[in-house]
Amino acid sequence: MMEKRENGFSLQFEIKGKDFVNAGSVSTKVKEILQEIGINASIIRRAAIAAYEAEMNVVMYANRGVFILTLTPFEINFKVEDEGPGIEDIELAMQEGYSTATEEMREMGFGAGMGLPNIKKNADKLGIASIPGRGTILEITFYLSNQ
Amino acid sequence: MTLKKIKELLKAEVICGHDSLGIEISFAGASDLMSDVLAFGKPGMLLLTGLSNLQSVRTAEIIEAKAIVYVRGKMPDKEGIELAKKKGIPILTTKLMMYTACGILYQNLLPGAYVPQENK
Repeated sequence: MMEKRENGFSLQFEIKGKDFVNAGSVSTKVKEILQEIGINASIIRRAAIAAYEAEMNVVMYANRGVFILTLTPFEINFKVEDEGPGIEDIELAMQEGYSTATEEMREMGFGAGMGLPNIKKNADKLGIASIPGRGTILEITFYLSNQ
Repeated sequence: MTLKKIKELLKAEVICGHDSLGIEISFAGASDLMSDVLAFGKPGMLLLTGLSNLQSVRTAEIIEAKAIVYVRGKMPDKEGIELAKKKGIPILTTKLMMYTACGILYQNLLPGAYVPQENK
């Protein structure tokens, strides 16, 4: 689903929970779009890592989610909104090494408690809102002005 | 160091990317944990891992790794190979354990990818 705006555009992608075969495909797509547009390679790389971490969080923990990519002349914005268990303690979840991952997630190479801290490290701005039992919204922003 | 040299040193088998053995690899990183690879990986690195699922290929693609070497004789599944082919990421597999594979490459002067500092 694509929405054109005066100064940029917005694209929406669905993410299915527990769909490990397609896990990462939205991030791959988003990366391809940013490459086609010709965004600076180092920003693309940071954005791709953050997108992938956010997507994997939805796949691993939530029932479903939407990933909205918005591009303006000034910034790239990812809004990742899921229906899932939510985060009880956001401050704790932001600490490296803290994880509520299951054995299955760890076997896949994830769940080391690095996801949210790594998103924060790569993003220029990160906003998290969550209602336990309902879901989580991440707003991840990358500024383009320094290109 | 070329990927061909790495193949020889590790007595590795090429799963895909036969045409890319001439590429130059200048550093490597190793982990079975994709979370760590995402946090500490560097573009252009050689990824050594014992995790051979689809996510290992996706992670390599996201961090822009030049090639993957699976250790402990691990083989990627069909989807993984397809994705690697599509993204142009050569895959090798060696029967060596992770420690030995890394040791051999390090001994042959292939440095590590990660230097502890802010990567922004």
